[in-house]
Amino acid sequence: MTEATKHDRGQLRIDRDECKGCGLCIEACPPKAIRLSEGLNHYGYRTAEYAGAGCTACGICFMACPEPGAITVLRVIVHRAVGVAAEGISCASN
Amino acid sequence: MSSEAAIEYEVAQGRAKAFYPRFERKDELQHQTHYCPGCGHGIVHKMLARAIDELGIQDRTILVGPVGCSVFTYYYFEVGNVQAAHGRAPAVATAMKRSRPQSVVVAYQGDGDLSAIGSAEILHTANRGENITVIFVNNAIYSMTGGQAAPTTLLGQKSTTTPDGRSAATEGYPLHMSELLATLEAPVYIERVALGDNKQIAQAGKAIRRAVQNQVRGLGFSLIEVLSPCPTIWKMSAVDAQRWVREVMEKTFPLGVLRDRTKDAAPKALPPAAPALEEIPRILGVAEQDLPAGNAHAMEPGRDVDLEVRIAGFGGQGVLLLGEVLAEAGLDAGLEVSWLPSYGPEMRSGTSNCHVRLSSRPIDSPLVAAPGILVAMNEPSLRKFDHSVRAGGWVIYNGEAFPEDCVRQDLHVLAAPFTQLADELGDARASNMIMLGALLEIAGALPGASVDAALRRLVKNSRWVELDLRALERGRALLKHSFPEVIG
Repeated sequence: MTEATKHDRGQLRIDRDECKGCGLCIEACPPKAIRLSEGLNHYGYRTAEYAGAGCTACGICFMACPEPGAITVLRVIVHRAVGVAAEGISCASN
Repeated sequence: MSSEAAIEYEVAQGRAKAFYPRFERKDELQHQTHYCPGCGHGIVHKMLARAIDELGIQDRTILVGPVGCSVFTYYYFEVGNVQAAHGRAPAVATAMKRSRPQSVVVAYQGDGDLSAIGSAEILHTANRGENITVIFVNNAIYSMTGGQAAPTTLLGQKSTTTPDGRSAATEGYPLHMSELLATLEAPVYIERVALGDNKQIAQAGKAIRRAVQNQVRGLGFSLIEVLSPCPTIWKMSAVDAQRWVREVMEKTFPLGVLRDRTKDAAPKALPPAAPALEEIPRILGVAEQDLPAGNAHAMEPGRDVDLEVRIAGFGGQGVLLLGEVLAEAGLDAGLEVSWLPSYGPEMRSGTSNCHVRLSSRPIDSPLVAAPGILVAMNEPSLRKFDHSVRAGGWVIYNGEAFPEDCVRQDLHVLAAPFTQLADELGDARASNMIMLGALLEIAGALPGASVDAALRRLVKNSRWVELDLRALERGRALLKHSFPEVIG
């Protein structure tokens, strides 16, 4: 991986069936990378969805969400210098 | 997508292991909680679940659930679960912790549960400094029942029971439970946190983890109050409810640490664990080997017994003991028995009586409305019950002579100054046993060995056993002397 092909540090997985569309994650997300879906889920809720870019894997949306597993925050595994990887982990656990 | 496929991910934040993979709730809803969208309970649940995961205590955590919206904690947490009666979670948690000291016991309560009906339990649990963790979720209203005012409802806040807003003049002021508990000596850690924004949520998570950790370290009582949104009952969006926590609720309930002795507190020694279930009969003295073997002194077969006795006197005369010895002796002899005491609040004086039944057949009711034998240890008792004795029955009366105005012609009467007789034997208090001796002679049903065994079980002091045995003998002799025709 080079500087030219820099990816987001994180990625979100949202369970559309567990999400109740309260919007707290959207409010909480610092880089504003979550939005409300246009369509409805099985229960009739508009649910949270990842905007597709910008996730830093900070995990704040996860703790703002009232459902146990509606959001899973994924962090990119960095295969570079150990120091950078350690920094990435401490950032995500804030 | 193709460029992302090459990137490897790991889970940074995900579902806690302390939650069940699926929730055992109704129908197809087993993948989500029963909480409304935006409810603070879900967030607090996740903080607690994470603390359990991080501290590695899932297999020894016991969660005591309340009554209220969070009643179903047992659907979600894969730990030991008990659901307590309304407000009683701290009392139940006390019992759990004391009987299983190695467990980590968390009482989870709402504000209606903890600050209203459960105000006594939380106060005394905190005052005893029980080594438990209490999570107190405060949303300033009764949510599950539809929005009635709680002790924590803010001044001016509308609810179904304060439609014009809470007024201090009629409903009092919002109850500050955490401040109140922080005046006590015993609690180790009390903090009020909130779910009003990201920063507050992060702080709440840390506080909950610490409150659980304190218990793991054996430090004592920790309580975290969480100001939590209830969008549904507050009639707001989830985001507005979160803002209301931050901008309105917090003014009445300021956040912060109210007590923190975590650094100074020394770990308490664990109390001895409760005995194993199998050991309890031995401790209570009812183990097999402590009980009389079979019916060692059984009645001779075919003998039909149906004895209904009423014993009455003033408190302190040994009325209840007399009945107990009789019933216990019946039990020893293999009969069906019942003993029903009835007495006032006085430990001495006052009236006291008991109903005793001994029968070869199952007893339908322990009440003795029409006794075959009445033992009246004083005159008021005689006057109260003599009319109830069935025709042909017996009255044993503690008095020189039967009062003339209450002699029934259809009764057998043994009147004697039993108190003086007992005094002559060595102690006036043995009069009940002299009367029992006479009663046994009249009933003629029980083996002497059963009476001896019963007496030794109920009277621990050997000096008294010896006196009581002589008293029983005196009573038997008195009856034989007075009514020689009864014998045989």
